[in-house]
Amino acid sequence: MIDLQSFRDDTRQWLEENCPTSMRTPVTDTKAVCWGGRNGTFQSVEQKQWMERMGARGWTAPMWPKEYGGGGLSKTEAKVLREELERINARSPLDSFGVWMIGPALLAFGSEELKQQHLPPIVRGEIRWCQGYSEPNSGSDLAALQSKAVDMGDHYKVNGQKVWTSYGDQADWMFCLVRTDPDAKKQSGISLVLFDMETPGVTPKPIKLISGSSPFCETFLEDVRVEKNQVVGEVNQGWTIAKYLLTHEREMIGGFGLADAGAQNLWEVAVGALGLEEGRLSNSFLRQDVTRWEIDAAAFALTAERVTDQAKVGQGVGATSAMLKYYGTELNKRRYEVMMKLQGTEAMGWEGTASQDGWLPKTWLRTKGNSIEGGTSEVQLNIIAKNILGLG
Amino acid sequence: MALVLSDEQQMLKESAQGFFTEFAPISEMRKLRDLDEDYSTGLWQQMVAMGWAAILVPEAYGGLGFGHVGMGQIVEQSGRKLTASPLFSTAILGASMIQAAGTEGQKSSLLSAIANGDLTTALAVDESAFHAPEQIAMKAERTSQGYCLNGVKRHVVCGHVAETLIVAARTAGCAGDRQGISLFLVDAGSAGVTVERVPTVDSRSIANISFVDVELASDAVLGEPGLGYSALASTLDIGNAHLAAELLGIASESFDCTLQYLKERKQFGVLIGSFQALQHRAAHWWSEIELCKSVVLKSLQALDEGDPNAPALISISKAKLCEIAELSTNEAIQMHGGVGMTDEYDIGLYIKRARPVQALFGDFSYHGHRFANMAGY
Ligand SMILES: Cc1cc2nc3c(=O)[nH]c(=O)nc-3n(C[C@H](O)[C@H](O)[C@H](O)COP(=O)(O)OP(=O)(O)OC[C@H]3O[C@@H](n4cnc5c(N)ncnc54)[C@H](O)[C@@H]3O)c2cc1C
Repeated sequence: MIDLQSFRDDTRQWLEENCPTSMRTPVTDTKAVCWGGRNGTFQSVEQKQWMERMGARGWTAPMWPKEYGGGGLSKTEAKVLREELERINARSPLDSFGVWMIGPALLAFGSEELKQQHLPPIVRGEIRWCQGYSEPNSGSDLAALQSKAVDMGDHYKVNGQKVWTSYGDQADWMFCLVRTDPDAKKQSGISLVLFDMETPGVTPKPIKLISGSSPFCETFLEDVRVEKNQVVGEVNQGWTIAKYLLTHEREMIGGFGLADAGAQNLWEVAVGALGLEEGRLSNSFLRQDVTRWEIDAAAFALTAERVTDQAKVGQGVGATSAMLKYYGTELNKRRYEVMMKLQGTEAMGWEGTASQDGWLPKTWLRTKGNSIEGGTSEVQLNIIAKNILGLG
Repeated sequence: MALVLSDEQQMLKESAQGFFTEFAPISEMRKLRDLDEDYSTGLWQQMVAMGWAAILVPEAYGGLGFGHVGMGQIVEQSGRKLTASPLFSTAILGASMIQAAGTEGQKSSLLSAIANGDLTTALAVDESAFHAPEQIAMKAERTSQGYCLNGVKRHVVCGHVAETLIVAARTAGCAGDRQGISLFLVDAGSAGVTVERVPTVDSRSIANISFVDVELASDAVLGEPGLGYSALASTLDIGNAHLAAELLGIASESFDCTLQYLKERKQFGVLIGSFQALQHRAAHWWSEIELCKSVVLKSLQALDEGDPNAPALISISKAKLCEIAELSTNEAIQMHGGVGMTDEYDIGLYIKRARPVQALFGDFSYHGHRFANMAGY
């Protein structure tokens, strides 16, 4: 306990000295999110500093081992760090598919060589990753994927097409599911491979979304050379790793249902938008919408906490990540539906400074993807029904 | 505090599970219904012997001081079996009320009697169809000997079986004021007290009680005259935390029984649980119950820890459980088809108990509204 207190004190002091003031304000537009990468653009000098300082300390990946650049923190220390970051409303120093997805998979399945090569640059925000799973004909039915890797002796040659590759045009490397054994049963012939997006034959083309931006791409793969040492885990074992990785992804996306550090409560947004009359929101229907949401959000946050506490003492059912993903994303969608209603016609502004270039409607539209990406809500319900409830 | 049960709490939960399964299956509830009896005194004495009447009574007054999380486990399990007993009226409301408001003398005489199962109490608060503790209008006028009570209390749980009624009435102020509410210990047999037993939808009954010129001595006041509201409010919070636990038992049992049915019943040559339409509804329902477990446990822990946020957490918990009990009991009947509508099948009985538990001490609308008020919107 004493140790933890001194860790908290040190952390608080370090953050006080190193977190720039401008990084302690809520994120209200997409440019304020820091993704790092070789071609990373920064909104401000402070944003870059904040990423680099946190990266150098390993605190962009607080619980990864120090030998791979991570923070080497225990669960309780990581919790203290999170609390201290929340206390000062610090922005996330780095959003990263590396930290959230491929990193944990490498830690669990990667060779020593791959860990040494890829983990430290992820922590420092130097290399940005994208996820090459989905294909035009395999979305929910991911194991039906057709992109194939042919063994050329000293390397693999990959051909196929990926789609919905988030930030495919801005990423430096891809972790990609490919078929290495065309004759094996669906799930058994898949491998997870890594390659640089600058490799000849890799062509990402942005797709425009209803939210107006183009964060994801269709990615064409034509005779792409992949080195043999860039296979994660065993050849043809990719499905196991992919599933492990999806669990991490789901937990992360499910976390969207949790209020961001520094984000306002929905009821505070409502008070700001509608004002109070005799201490109450004047619109009683919206007051009810807000309340229903707040109650569910509180219950969901407590559930995320309870699931973690249960796991610590070895209780609880597996596959709860499916529930957190399902409920968290649906909750986030509901939040933005209410947010839109709270602003009335003012919520429609798409361009211009008044609407911050349509931050609200664009975010609202973006949330619609939450219940699709990382496995749709229906797929999560299938997982709960089969794996938890035992319904065949 | 971690959101998991301690080993001791877990043991209590398991022993309650075993107890109700063995001694209070639904068939027992049906027997009482046929006999038109409110609860089984034999079963209640067994519960007392288990120490359950003593759980919320501090050790200094002859109790176990085991706390709300522990008590909540028993309430949840009794909710699963629809078991009626004075546990709620006496071991929860009575014990909490006396502890919160009573003088030292009242505590030492009454709390140990509750812990020993020698005393049953009932809390008389509401005067209309809707829970509104601040709106208490019933008058207690000062007399030369003490007080004189006049008024009507409605929907008093165990009001027709309790020996001692704890009655909230006004010695000052008017409906809407928090000041001026006093709590009285009234012998149920006092002159001027008329108890009307009303059978209710859950095959139990409640009491509407009228008080006409009921004369009370000065020492009938529980604690200080005029200052009863905060003790009343904290007792109602405790009550709601445990009503939420009961609803969790009802929702969980409805779910478990339905899940079982989905794995047994065949139509079109296959188990109905193989239909995706039902799988998805079951999966959603399960997710909601997971949320319910979290809020119920958190609010019980908050009571044990004296968390200042407890009232808000309890309103979240009761509100959420009202919604999900409704979902659960509706889905349970629907997924059982025709047999879900029959009296012969147990599943249809859960909706009949859930509704009065929802309404008692405030339903979703009451607690949603209260939550919003507390947050400041
Ligand atoms: C914003 C966003 C970002 C994404 N980022 C990436 C990325 O970076 N990398 C990547 O590889 N992929 C990414 N995806 C792709 C995502 O994983 C797929 O869109 C998703 O798995 C669904 O596949 P699909 O689009 O082919 O839909 P389909 O599988 O065709 O589904 C269509 C509808 O049918 C339903 N359905 C399908 N199968 C079943 C079933 N068995 N039971 C019941 N209903 C079913 C679905 O729930 C859905 O409602 C992203 C998607 C979005 C929206």
